[in-house]
Amino acid sequence: MINQLFIMDGYGVYVWSAFLFTMLSFISLYLLIKKQLVREQAIFVSEFLNLSEKKLEAVKTKKINKEILVNYPNFNF
Amino acid sequence: MFKNINPSTVFPIINKVFKILFVIFILVLIVGLVESLYLSPKDYVQGHSVRIMYVHVPAAWISLATFGSIGLLSLFNFIFKNKNFSLIAKSFAPSGLVLCIVALVTGSIWGKPTWGTWWVWDARITSMLLLCIFYLMYILAWNIFKQNVNKEKISSIIGIIGIINLPIIKFSVDWWSTLHQNSTVKVLSESSIHPSMLLPLLIMTFAFILFSLLIFLMKYKIEVIKFKKKGLERI
Repeated sequence: MINQLFIMDGYGVYVWSAFLFTMLSFISLYLLIKKQLVREQAIFVSEFLNLSEKKLEAVKTKKINKEILVNYPNFNF
Repeated sequence: MFKNINPSTVFPIINKVFKILFVIFILVLIVGLVESLYLSPKDYVQGHSVRIMYVHVPAAWISLATFGSIGLLSLFNFIFKNKNFSLIAKSFAPSGLVLCIVALVTGSIWGKPTWGTWWVWDARITSMLLLCIFYLMYILAWNIFKQNVNKEKISSIIGIIGIINLPIIKFSVDWWSTLHQNSTVKVLSESSIHPSMLLPLLIMTFAFILFSLLIFLMKYKIEVIKFKKKGLERI
């Protein structure tokens, strides 16, 4: 059974390479986009921290900023 | 109607549904892989190489549908001047490009045992390569130009022009004599694919749709954060 699953009458090398290429492409794209997201969130947080008290109060009124900073529990809205 | 589709309303929903979608995607993918690689039967002509269809066909379908969405959203952006359309279109591009590459590469791997060659300049395959080039041009347009107005306009033009290629891809196997086989799954008439092969194909298509959706949601979050960051700078 195992032999049949991997060798597939000689087509195994084609079938498995197609599936492996697909899964590796998916994992690479997911990790790349995840990395970009973490980086952009970190940049947003650093810019947020550099705001003056007055500006910070104005920004805090926007619900979307709270949603962006949802993974950073140190921010009190 | 379009006022409801804005980052402020969509962003909280993305945060809530992402983890649920991710779990569903993993489960569907596992079921799809078991069906595709083990449970489904081999083809009486192509043998086990037919299993490549379960990744090749969904990748091709979704990359076509994704570019169609990019083209339509680009058109809506021109008509309604709503920036959110271009943000959504831009967020669709990465998964569309990767699926287009997956369709081309897995098609090439399928071609070797089936036709005896990795590549032929046949109408279907060449038009799919053209779609891949349109995806690359669309993504490059967003990254090359400095001014936001230029980025939006040029990428939208590429998106709209690229739509012309979609019916060419779809009907290339009917209009020209190609090495690529005709459609076996049809919506308007009876499909010629056996149900035992249709089931894994549909499961894998659903898994690929979920993957595209997950990538889209993450990319859209990135675009919204970038957009809101500019807002912080302007305060």
